[in-house]
Amino acid sequence: MAIFLDENSKVIVQGMTGSEGMKHTTRMLASGTQIVGGVNPRKAGTSVDFPGEEQIPVFGTVAEAMAATGANVSVIFVPAAFTKAAVIEAIDAGIPLAVVITEGVAVKDSAEFYNYARERGTTRLIGPNCPGLISPGKANAGIIPADISGPGRIGLVSKSGTLTYQMMFELRDFGFSTAVGIGGDPIIGTTHIDALEAFQNDPDTDAIVMIGEIGGDAEERAAAYIAEHVTKPVVGYVAGFTAPEGKTMGHAGAIVSGSSGTAAAKKEALEAAGVRVGKTPSEAAALMRVVMEGLAT
Amino acid sequence: MDLFEFEARDLFEQHGVPVLAGATATTAEQARAAAEIVGANSGGVTVVKAQVKTGGRGKAGGVKVAKNAAEAHAYAEQILGMDIKGHTVKTVMIAQGARIAQEYYFALLLDRANRSYLAMCSKEGGMDIETLAHEHPEKLAKVAVDPNVGIDEAAAQEIVAAAGFEPEIGAQIVPVLMSLWKVYRDEDATLVEVNPLVLSEDGQIIALDGKVSLDGNAGFRHPDHEKFVDHSKTDPLEVLAIERDLNYVKLDGDVGIIGNGAGLVMSTLDVVAYAGEEFSHADGSHPKPANFLDIGGGANAEVMANGLDVIFEDKQVKAVLVNVFGGITACDAVADGIVQAYEILKSHGKAPKPLVVRLDGNNAEEGRRILDEAALPLLERVDTMDGAARRVAELAAHVN
Repeated sequence: MAIFLDENSKVIVQGMTGSEGMKHTTRMLASGTQIVGGVNPRKAGTSVDFPGEEQIPVFGTVAEAMAATGANVSVIFVPAAFTKAAVIEAIDAGIPLAVVITEGVAVKDSAEFYNYARERGTTRLIGPNCPGLISPGKANAGIIPADISGPGRIGLVSKSGTLTYQMMFELRDFGFSTAVGIGGDPIIGTTHIDALEAFQNDPDTDAIVMIGEIGGDAEERAAAYIAEHVTKPVVGYVAGFTAPEGKTMGHAGAIVSGSSGTAAAKKEALEAAGVRVGKTPSEAAALMRVVMEGLAT
Repeated sequence: MDLFEFEARDLFEQHGVPVLAGATATTAEQARAAAEIVGANSGGVTVVKAQVKTGGRGKAGGVKVAKNAAEAHAYAEQILGMDIKGHTVKTVMIAQGARIAQEYYFALLLDRANRSYLAMCSKEGGMDIETLAHEHPEKLAKVAVDPNVGIDEAAAQEIVAAAGFEPEIGAQIVPVLMSLWKVYRDEDATLVEVNPLVLSEDGQIIALDGKVSLDGNAGFRHPDHEKFVDHSKTDPLEVLAIERDLNYVKLDGDVGIIGNGAGLVMSTLDVVAYAGEEFSHADGSHPKPANFLDIGGGANAEVMANGLDVIFEDKQVKAVLVNVFGGITACDAVADGIVQAYEILKSHGKAPKPLVVRLDGNNAEEGRRILDEAALPLLERVDTMDGAARRVAELAAHVN
């Protein structure tokens, strides 16, 4: 098993025919993902050739693509101005998982499509502004490079794409069940808590790495959840200890406001919940190494 | 993007929120002229208010009631140029004077935890709301607002009832909240705050002071929001970075930082700050990050060159760390970028500063080979993030 995404996942790509969509569909295919279709109303009925003699059909709508292929995951690469419409379409079609890679989505749009999905109750959203997720050796939905690490028994959830890559690289000799990049926007579809819950319930995950950053209180709430519900070992890392107050650090949600959202407060909350928190990514990786070696004996 | 009070006032007016007359002035003379017009309906009385994006204006002496235009002139003279918590007052707003009977509070904001919006409302306005929330949380009503419904009449009634308003006053506030919702929704705001929302002696509900933050990501829907971009306060290096489309934040240290991905760059700042504690300048201070600069996923030569150029322009910078983990980005492209950046800098007659480069991940071997072959002056390669951070801190400590 893995979480959210496995070898049975059939993936369509909204925005496949755009340059980012083409580039990453090629990469997802190369890592063995079952890509079953693209969606573009203007190119419906055509197909696109990918390396390895793969021909991927293009459908007019998500609903048509699902009916024709049995797709259960959509990866969304459409530009920010059109993202809300694309996500609403995927939710209306009832796709179980929609992964929104696009960055720069207006927060009002995210608030609206997230709450729409919550009301419908049939679609899990991941993102926006995220690298997606990978269950190494099974499927890859998004832009996480598949060659960093192979399959294993560590689960990873992170607000940051490059820190996900860095951590997967440092722990590549253990491998990962699933790595989920949830994104650093103020409003996101899947939270640390959602991923922690899924990892806790996944028999193929032994330990969890959780990467957070400044802004909001998602890490504090995740800490409370861990204390209450997670029995598997969790190692944490939080970025942004030296970030000044009131400045947005790259991610739209990464901002310390007054005394709230600081890395120190997040670290403290996580440690109080029994999470071992590394001061640097390599220290967090070293802590996880100890955990995994301990589990192996 | 935070707006000035006068900008918030104008947006309120556009969306039908009751506000008092107001005009801006950048000189005392303009303030006098404005006061003559603005004060016409309030017996000549106006309020001269410093326009700064920080709280505590009143305490700092940045808000004064003027009985007539001559006083407005005098107060404007005092307030213009004043420093309030590091913000220099360049503009004052001359607002019509009001006879206040009651002060209330209202805010609508993003609720990250519930992935929704939150309305906060209190019969106790005027004071610092964080203090109120802390000392008298029971006096601050909090009501969730569904982003797909907003504040319609029913939601507005729920809010005023939760805040405990008498029905008569509540009925007057309801339409104001509905208009404030329009400001929030139609302008893509992430915060609309009115403090105080007042009941005047003649029974009117008025938004006396407002704070609005707009979502920078929604600019595509709002070409008119361009006018709110405030260039006056921004650091000159940040201005240069904005011109070059770089994701840059100026900090106050001496180690320049470039990395790919917001999380990795934030992490790099931390690791450099920790490493800096091990080294000291002659005056006993420690090397610290001088900036945040995320070159993003597709870091090509030009972006790298632009980034290095901005960082080398920073006179405080003594040494620079490039920390790249190649995920999508290939490290050989990054290395090519650094080599080209040096050529561009050289062609501009600029001298390089000590540079430590850490490349890992996608095509790292090739990237490292390119850098080794280029043998660029003052450039050192270190293969781990922690090691590179330590080395750059050491270099920064030893440069005078």
